[in-house]
Amino acid sequence: MDYFFTEEQKMIQELARQIAEEKVVPVRAELDEKEEFPHEIMQVLAQSDMFGIFIPEEYGGLGMGSLELCIAVEELSRACLGVSTSYAANALGTYPILLFGTEEQKKRYLPDIASGKRLVAFALTEANAGSDAAGIQTTAKKDGDYYILNGTKQWITNGGEAEIYTVIAMTDPSRGARGASAFIVEKGTEGFSFGKKEKKMGIRASVTRELIFDNCRVPKENLLGREGMGFIVAMKTLDQSRVGVGAQGVGVAQGALEEAIRFARQRVQFGKPVISFQAVQHMLADMATLTEAARALVYSVARYVDSGAKDISKPSAMAKVFATDVAMKVTTDAVQVMGGSGYMREYPVEKMMRDAKILQIYEGTNQIQRNVIGQELIKEAARKG
Amino acid sequence: MKIVVCIKQVPDTAEVRINPETNTLVRDGVPSIINPYDLHALEAALQIKEKIGGTVTAITMGPPQAEDALREAIAMGVDDAVLLTDRAFAGSDTWATAYTLARAVSRIGYDLILCGKQAIDGDTAQVGPEMAEFLDIPHIAYVKAIDDINDRVIRVKRMMEEGYDVVEADLPVLLTVVKEINEPRLPSLKGKMRAKKAEIRRLGFKDLETDEHLVGLQGSPTQVKNIFAPEMKKDRKVLKGTPEEVVEQLITVLKEMKCL
Ligand SMILES: Cc1cc2nc3c(=O)[nH]c(=O)nc-3n(C[C@H](O)[C@H](O)[C@H](O)COP(=O)(O)OP(=O)(O)OC[C@H]3O[C@@H](n4cnc5c(N)ncnc54)[C@H](O)[C@@H]3O)c2cc1C
Repeated sequence: MDYFFTEEQKMIQELARQIAEEKVVPVRAELDEKEEFPHEIMQVLAQSDMFGIFIPEEYGGLGMGSLELCIAVEELSRACLGVSTSYAANALGTYPILLFGTEEQKKRYLPDIASGKRLVAFALTEANAGSDAAGIQTTAKKDGDYYILNGTKQWITNGGEAEIYTVIAMTDPSRGARGASAFIVEKGTEGFSFGKKEKKMGIRASVTRELIFDNCRVPKENLLGREGMGFIVAMKTLDQSRVGVGAQGVGVAQGALEEAIRFARQRVQFGKPVISFQAVQHMLADMATLTEAARALVYSVARYVDSGAKDISKPSAMAKVFATDVAMKVTTDAVQVMGGSGYMREYPVEKMMRDAKILQIYEGTNQIQRNVIGQELIKEAARKG
Repeated sequence: MKIVVCIKQVPDTAEVRINPETNTLVRDGVPSIINPYDLHALEAALQIKEKIGGTVTAITMGPPQAEDALREAIAMGVDDAVLLTDRAFAGSDTWATAYTLARAVSRIGYDLILCGKQAIDGDTAQVGPEMAEFLDIPHIAYVKAIDDINDRVIRVKRMMEEGYDVVEADLPVLLTVVKEINEPRLPSLKGKMRAKKAEIRRLGFKDLETDEHLVGLQGSPTQVKNIFAPEMKKDRKVLKGTPEEVVEQLITVLKEMKCL
């Protein structure tokens, strides 16, 4: 399929693919095995300007958008979702600054983010607040020129590795969801430390860690937007980034499909390559069709997001839910096509299957995405009367 | 510091195919790349620039399409690029190539010239050192590390069969580098975008102000008469047994072959 990319989009695709094949594929199994953060790959991505794709030129980026970011994410995900998660979580953490930052905040943080010098993380989830994000208990109390943060964030991607954290905390717990605010917190701030590092089923090259705020004093200039806007910041950020999770789904599905086809062509049973059996061909046909459909949806939604449209909640939820369900199915079927070999760590598809599972969970579970789509359908219907 | 890197565009294949009738490389359908050793030379140049400042110019002699190799070099970060191309240069052997490149770099100006240790399609490892001779400057071949460099002096490690030499030279100097020297960087997006638009300077025969009989086929004292892969001899024999028995057998065999 040709999606009529511009020259520049093709350049991103080509370079991201080169990085994935030359720098990621050779080490992905080892990173997974050792649960190691891909420092060297992050450096390569930085040197290649990959962190600047979606950041405006005036802050040292390339001034492109969601589609270009999705192209890069897809190519990296085709090789390793652990690596692409570390890369994509950086964008997730950056959107609050990009969307809600003051000129001053943007000038202060975006250039280092664009150059890849400083990595970013986004911190919303807590032990008692997953899908129900409004249940967060981390507080931020105004004290003169500072906010004092107290509480613990859980399962934060890039925790400990990132230098910059966008954190959602309650400035006014009595107001519920309207009492949250968003802050930029720098690593090294007094009272800010890192806790438990999770051991995971998949995406083991990415770090998932606790953030602990213990009377952490954050300068008031680091408030993003206004007090009380915390959930708006979080929701707009997730609306923006979700299509990228869809792109991760497309990438890992594509990777698994290619492995399955390669294997099925050379594995001989009953005197024939197994790809000659119609049952296998039909599985591959469905895998390829679903992957292409997911890709088409992700690109369309990314273009819609880039158009500046306001009502992106439903389409980005659709792209996320569809592409990640496809990723789960295609990676599982890739293991099936490859039989026992697919189940072994010698081949990359068992990792892809373990990795793909996270896509249905983070940045809002696929149940929650369906809730979002459902609610939008109801609103739309009500508007029509 | 003005650094010039000489690069060559080569076919991207470990097995270069040869047209048996013309004894020339078959380039059709084979994608072209920058000679892998030259990528290390480019990386070394960029690292020196990052460390002590200066400019990096990439130069290649080749057909017009060799411009692609120069654009790749720009995408990696070199400041500008020169394509040395002219019908008059066709058929150059290593002598004529080195002479032509030497004329060109003299025009461009240089403090330091970097080359890969050899090109994978010819494997002669001659052009770099020959250039230095034409320019009448020192050269250090097979450099595996640059330990120190300033405006006047460079100190490097030269790879030897066992171990290495530490060599110091006054600038200007020409180095040829081996793979051990560094890990070449990938291009960057900004570099790729710049490369797309960049203007590539072209130099031809006239620009070099030299004699026709010194370049191209005329200027080449050597000519390739025939290229062939060495024939594989099939008659092999494996001697088996204890070391003592094998030695006995070997002596017998060597005597039979009249080697002893
Ligand atoms: C590896 C990893 C990395 C992560 N990285 C980050 C990060 O960088 N930053 C961050 O803030 N968070 C991060 N998270 C948290 C992630 O976003 C949450 O795990 C996710 O939102 C789901 O919350 P939960 O795990 O608490 O599940 P729960 O909310 O406890 O859900 C449990 C089950 O109930 C279902 N459910 C819950 N509520 C409803 C409902 N109303 N309707 C229907 N079904 C419902 C869910 O779909 C799910 O199946 C990460 C999580 C993981 C595992």
